[in-house]
Amino acid sequence: MSEHHHKETFVTKYLFTQDHKMISKQFLVTGMFMGIIGVFMSMLFRLQLAWPEKSFSIIEAFLGPHQIDGVMNPDMYLALVTIHGTIMVFFVLTAGLSGTFSNLLIPLQIGARDMASGFLNMVSYWLFFLSSVIMVISLFVEAGPASAGWTIYPPLSALPQAIPGSGTGMTLWLVSMAIFIASSLIGSLNYIATVLNLRTKGMKMTRLPLTIWAFFVTAIIGVVSFPVLLSAALLLIFDRSFGTSFYLSDIFISGEVLHYQGGSPVLYEHLFWFLGHPEVYIILLPALGITSEIISTNSRKPIFGYRAMIGSILAIAFLSTIVWGHHMFVSGMNPFLGSVFTFTTLLIAIPSAVKAFNYVTTLWKGNLQLNPAMLFSIGLVSTFVTGGLTGLVLGDSALDIAIHDTYFVVAHFHLVMGVSALFGMFAGVYHWFPKMYGKMLNKTLGYWHFWLTIICAYGVFWPMHFIGLAGLPRRYYTNTNFPMFDDIADVNVVITMFALVGGLAQLIFLANYFISIYRGKEAPQNPWKSNTLEWTTPVEHIHGNWPGKIPEVHRWPYDYSKKVDPNDDESDYLTGEDFIPQTTPLLTNEEPS
Amino acid sequence: MLALFYIFIGVAIGVSFWQITRILNLRGVIATDKDNQQQGKNALLFMVFLYAIMIYCLISLNVIMLPEAASFEGEHDDNLFNISFWLIGIVQFIMQFLIFFFTFKYKGSQERKAKFYADSHKLEFIWTVTPAIVLVGLIGYGLWQWNNVMDLSNEEDAIVIEVYSQQFRWDARYAGEDKSLGLGNVNFIKGINTMGVDMSDKRSQDDIQVTELYLPVGRKVHFKFRSQDVLHSAYMPHFRAQMNCVPGMVTEFGFTPKYTTEEMRLQPEVMEKTKGINKIRREKGEDPYEFNYLLLCNKICGASHYNMQMKITVVEEDEYKKWIAEQPTLASVINQ
Repeated sequence: MSEHHHKETFVTKYLFTQDHKMISKQFLVTGMFMGIIGVFMSMLFRLQLAWPEKSFSIIEAFLGPHQIDGVMNPDMYLALVTIHGTIMVFFVLTAGLSGTFSNLLIPLQIGARDMASGFLNMVSYWLFFLSSVIMVISLFVEAGPASAGWTIYPPLSALPQAIPGSGTGMTLWLVSMAIFIASSLIGSLNYIATVLNLRTKGMKMTRLPLTIWAFFVTAIIGVVSFPVLLSAALLLIFDRSFGTSFYLSDIFISGEVLHYQGGSPVLYEHLFWFLGHPEVYIILLPALGITSEIISTNSRKPIFGYRAMIGSILAIAFLSTIVWGHHMFVSGMNPFLGSVFTFTTLLIAIPSAVKAFNYVTTLWKGNLQLNPAMLFSIGLVSTFVTGGLTGLVLGDSALDIAIHDTYFVVAHFHLVMGVSALFGMFAGVYHWFPKMYGKMLNKTLGYWHFWLTIICAYGVFWPMHFIGLAGLPRRYYTNTNFPMFDDIADVNVVITMFALVGGLAQLIFLANYFISIYRGKEAPQNPWKSNTLEWTTPVEHIHGNWPGKIPEVHRWPYDYSKKVDPNDDESDYLTGEDFIPQTTPLLTNEEPS
Repeated sequence: MLALFYIFIGVAIGVSFWQITRILNLRGVIATDKDNQQQGKNALLFMVFLYAIMIYCLISLNVIMLPEAASFEGEHDDNLFNISFWLIGIVQFIMQFLIFFFTFKYKGSQERKAKFYADSHKLEFIWTVTPAIVLVGLIGYGLWQWNNVMDLSNEEDAIVIEVYSQQFRWDARYAGEDKSLGLGNVNFIKGINTMGVDMSDKRSQDDIQVTELYLPVGRKVHFKFRSQDVLHSAYMPHFRAQMNCVPGMVTEFGFTPKYTTEEMRLQPEVMEKTKGINKIRREKGEDPYEFNYLLLCNKICGASHYNMQMKITVVEEDEYKKWIAEQPTLASVINQ
């Protein structure tokens, strides 16, 4: 605790630290590093898709033995999309997003001195770090990294004869993911325990900021579903290394019949998607939680429908665990199951719609402070709506048959979970950077970053819907072997250009981030005039967060612009300011909101 | 030339770094009223951009999309798709307008006061129940259609065809006169018996192995899919048909072709698309393209996944009969 400072060395302060604020920065920087790799890969394979036969010196420089004269090999193309997916989904948007903001905000916003277990928190980060290192190492094995798609469906992922990446590359992928899952589980358990047990006096569950609700429910989904992926991965390791037949049966490859009998790849698909679908919400819910908080603060208005927002988080969490089959409509499973999954899948549209409408209503008649964080949050609402709506088409089994695994799907999920979650992450960084480093990020660069990114995001993914509706399957190295797709070449070029500009625009963010750490303007204690508890801590980081007693909470976090006369929008603010921190006791005659 | 390029990149990086440090020196960090003004306007400009790109793509990329369904089962798919598409299109245009217009309209200033508006059970009730009602309709229609498509019982007259996948090619086997396929298993793969058909099975004798599909128009086709190595997916986009091929099990799908290949080529939509494609091909000096139905692989299956296709030709019934009669049976090919 703060009273007795123990001596800190470089190792205990920056490496093996148990302080949640430092761990959150470790998660963020590692996630950003992985993100650079993931985005760079997407730029490489976008080059290939736009100009399939053209030679690029950048490809020659980076892909080494996996290219010929600057044109990447088909194997390498598949490896790139596989690793891009894996890195973005797990390393950036799960660990990088949830790990960063759950760690930073849970103790600070509920009024706790640290996580329930600082030690496990540290273990969680270092397991994540280890799994990242292994994943990066897997890029350099001789036969290439895993290349069976990020879903690694067997038998392709089980048989090195089927694709070279299923050798050592796949082994490392599986080891890395197993460690990653352990990290994620430890983290999640810690988050749950902290939220349930360490809330400060007065911090009832119904007074929690929506960020905390989102992180809390996300952790629960993670604990429910990640172990299933672990078992799927373990069974795959058994099939690959110990000759079992969980997923394999009746296979003839490279001129011989393999011994596998009685397994089924469909079993793997069930196990994988039992995590795989909740994973979408593990990624998205924290972003939505962050957005709720930022939109409310910067609109100077309470979030509209606080209880409905919590209800919809819970409903989405519940439904997310019973919809996995919509990834498998054409897998060969019983058509009756398809009916059930269509039904549950489309139900998710209801809580999602409630969330979108509530965001828009929060903006309505607000006093919008258009900080970069706010713009990213508004951007999230926009891409979440665009991407979410096409879910109504894909979730309908009858329609999915025609567009399953085409670029329509790629466009859909990139918008609804990729871009949206990234926007949530950026919003979070812009908003809480002062809390992380005691410095502010530059707003002009923030504006450039936002507008370039959202323009490019739509420039990439809106036209992509249409090449999907042209019937173009995803994961094609090139579509030049099909004259029927010749007319989409131009669209591919446009998409690639937007992707390249959008990718490069992230450099603005990186520059802003790293320069501001050292040269940024000193942060005031409460720069955004926010109600939540993290802004009552001193700017300087200290162990235990608050120098004296932990503050007590007397109200919900969204008392923005509360007036003397609730029926007159123009009457004076209740306390003279347009925000009332959670630590302010109820005034006499004040109606609790 | 390359050296110039590198010099250019170096200069560009230098200039951007200089600009970025310059901007950082401005040290503006929290949005002022002036920023709100500017960003509010930007939101409006972005809305114009978004609408432009949405409408432009909807109009100009219409031609590249798949033509009308070429199977009777696909008619309702198209119908349901159109309903869904109009619905989400309208919601999309309204929501994006609200999001960016509100951003512009309610941009902050010192003079403004936000409305304290935390809850409205009436509003929330409306936007929970409205989507629910709409969804009941969509789900109902969707499930009805799904059952239509997936129901392969009671079809006396159907043609039974096995579609067989391996890295990286398709083969097919017609059931022949007995309308029943002989057993197949990877253990029987040997020499020219590439599909692993059990030749001791009586039903195998009249089976016919081909590398290209011929289908008669107006008759139900009952597909059975097998794979010998990894997952593949038989995707026949024009017929709104798709099913995975799974090693170790047989999967099924069925549809009834509605237009012959010839008829399809004369459809205005197809003619326009073909014209566009041929214009591009002429410029590149390639042979002209002619419309054909295709079966594509749509599940990642290895290096040449991108080049795994089979031609499908839909013809009139008598032409089909003529064609099938010309094909040798397995008994005559393998047992010799």
